[in-house]
Amino acid sequence: MSAIDVRQIVKRFGDFTAVKGISFAVEEGEIFGLLGPNGAGKSTLIRMMTTLLPPTSGTAVIHGHDIVTDPDRVRRSIGVIPQAMTSDLELSVEENLLIFAKLYGVSRERRRALIAELLEAVELTAWADKQVKNLSGGMRRRVEIARGLVHEPRIFFLDEPTTGLDPVSRVAVWEMLRAIKRQRELTVLITTHYMDEADKLCDRIAIVDHGELKALDSPLKLKASIPGTNTLEVSFGGAPPGWGRALERLPGVERIVEHDHVFRISSDNGPASASALMELSARAGVDVQSLSIQSTTLDDVFVHYAGRALRDALQEAPATDFTFMRNR
Amino acid sequence: MHRTWAIVERELRRFKRSPMLIIMSMIFPIVQLVVLGYAFGGNVKHLKVAIVDQDRGLPAVRIRELAAAAASGTKTIDAIDYADQGAAIADLRNGVVNGVLTIPPGFSRRVLQQNAPKVALIEDNTDNFVSVALAATIDSMVGAYNAPAAAPRVPARATLDVVEVYPYVPYVQYLLPGSICMSIFMMVMIGGGIIFIDDKARGLHEGYLVTPITKLELIAGFNLSGTIKAVLAGIVLMTLGSVIAGIPDAFDPARLLRLLVVIVATSFALISFMFLLMVRVTDPLTPRATFGLLNTLLYFPSGAVYPQQGFPGWMRVIAAVDPFTYSVHAFKSLLLKNTGVAAIAADLWYLAIFSLVTMTAATLLFRRSL
Repeated sequence: MSAIDVRQIVKRFGDFTAVKGISFAVEEGEIFGLLGPNGAGKSTLIRMMTTLLPPTSGTAVIHGHDIVTDPDRVRRSIGVIPQAMTSDLELSVEENLLIFAKLYGVSRERRRALIAELLEAVELTAWADKQVKNLSGGMRRRVEIARGLVHEPRIFFLDEPTTGLDPVSRVAVWEMLRAIKRQRELTVLITTHYMDEADKLCDRIAIVDHGELKALDSPLKLKASIPGTNTLEVSFGGAPPGWGRALERLPGVERIVEHDHVFRISSDNGPASASALMELSARAGVDVQSLSIQSTTLDDVFVHYAGRALRDALQEAPATDFTFMRNR
Repeated sequence: MHRTWAIVERELRRFKRSPMLIIMSMIFPIVQLVVLGYAFGGNVKHLKVAIVDQDRGLPAVRIRELAAAAASGTKTIDAIDYADQGAAIADLRNGVVNGVLTIPPGFSRRVLQQNAPKVALIEDNTDNFVSVALAATIDSMVGAYNAPAAAPRVPARATLDVVEVYPYVPYVQYLLPGSICMSIFMMVMIGGGIIFIDDKARGLHEGYLVTPITKLELIAGFNLSGTIKAVLAGIVLMTLGSVIAGIPDAFDPARLLRLLVVIVATSFALISFMFLLMVRVTDPLTPRATFGLLNTLLYFPSGAVYPQQGFPGWMRVIAAVDPFTYSVHAFKSLLLKNTGVAAIAADLWYLAIFSLVTMTAATLLFRRSL
């Protein structure tokens, strides 16, 4: 039995369809990532899986319980870290955990030991008595991770857990999640728009865009699934008409995507393609303004499956989740 | 039920660490009680009256003497002699004096002839309180003028004897019931409504909604914690206000117990009402924007500052449904008259039914999802 089994789930807000019939399954013990830009439908998806939003159609079975017919059992078996920082700033770290342990009905005897264990796991034992408002953003996230585990769930949902954190805190959160997942035999589902986070943390990734599932596999397999082993990103000064077609004839080139005068060239031989490109530009009198060669990334995977770069999609997308906000 | 208590515990722990919240919800009603209580409570004094004596006879002198007596005795008026009626009227229009008392030529002759002698009071009626006080003072002066030098041993005319059941009630005491309601309302708005919406906007409610807490447990937790905070506010203001206003025998245990019942009933009614208003609100500006409107709509029609008998019809309709009305009435009964439960039973019934209706409506409207 899969830990999470999402079946043709749909969510409509009026005329707008935020999630368009997505299905996937997450196996026990996996760290599973939903990767996509803001507004892709990730948060709507996770809110349906965590019973915060009712689906318009379809369903999901979480730890054997249906989110539509048995939401209470679902809630008992999952831990959830929402996108916003939702700890009580006025309460201490320990009090935050205590209140949620009581909300989940954790017994008095188990509560004390469990809270101590979790504080140890998120390295906040020394801060247990401090009010959350005195902690850094990374530490607050760790409080929330501990809070989400205070009833010993089997499945842990995290909605963009590292958004707004500095790079050091992000890496610390990843390491903590990996360790906790190992210790507690958790299944973890996270949403993220950070490619490196999805790449380094997740066992499998589902790429979501415009409410649709575009691709699903391990990061390695996803990268291997697209043409080219290298990506050249190059911009030109005064590229003549038809320049893109000229570039397609360069050695090793498999695919070219142009966006905002920047050409992303997939190549199975990056150095050879780059060298030929420089010669061609010199002959044609076209100025090469910038050129970079890199190995295939998840952004390239995103470009391949979604038809646009994830970073561009992030810039285009609204910063907040409007599909959610307008229906609150 | 343990989940309800978890919500209450959380709210009260936060409340304990927010001294500014407690202070802010107390300061306004106390300041209002003191300022309004002493601003409106006193008698009007030192109204400037121009005396224009165009008669100069002995009866006119008697009128002027009575005016001088009122000026030096009750000090309601300051009498200023004017030689010229035109100058006196000009000063009245310019606000230099509040009224002009004219003793017309021939006044003495008419007195002696017993031929309807008249003096005239020309007053600035733009300030109702001032004009009423001035007219009453001059009227009593004229009454004193007309009184016989020696009163008959047995009065021939019917007189009215007024018996006051309760000791004199200064205005500050009259205001206290409204101020207690106000402190409860302030706590309900600041500690209940505003925090509820702020928490919702910050996403804190998402944290609750993913737990197995039921809708009823969640609502009960919010309302119980809000009621406890409002009751604390009501108790503090009742205690401080009773001392400030000088309520006689303020700490009689039986009365305190009855007051506590009214405070609890008022707190629950107002928190239920607030919850109904805010149950579907998500914008943190909404409770702040409606604060002043609700304050005005609930406080002033309740009879807290002015008797409802003086209201126009439409305002009496508001007053009839306003929970403040019943709460203020119950507090007045207990604080000013020290009545028993029978005098406040109808108020408690109304507050209980109001709470039940608003809480049921709020529960029906509450969504256990985003």
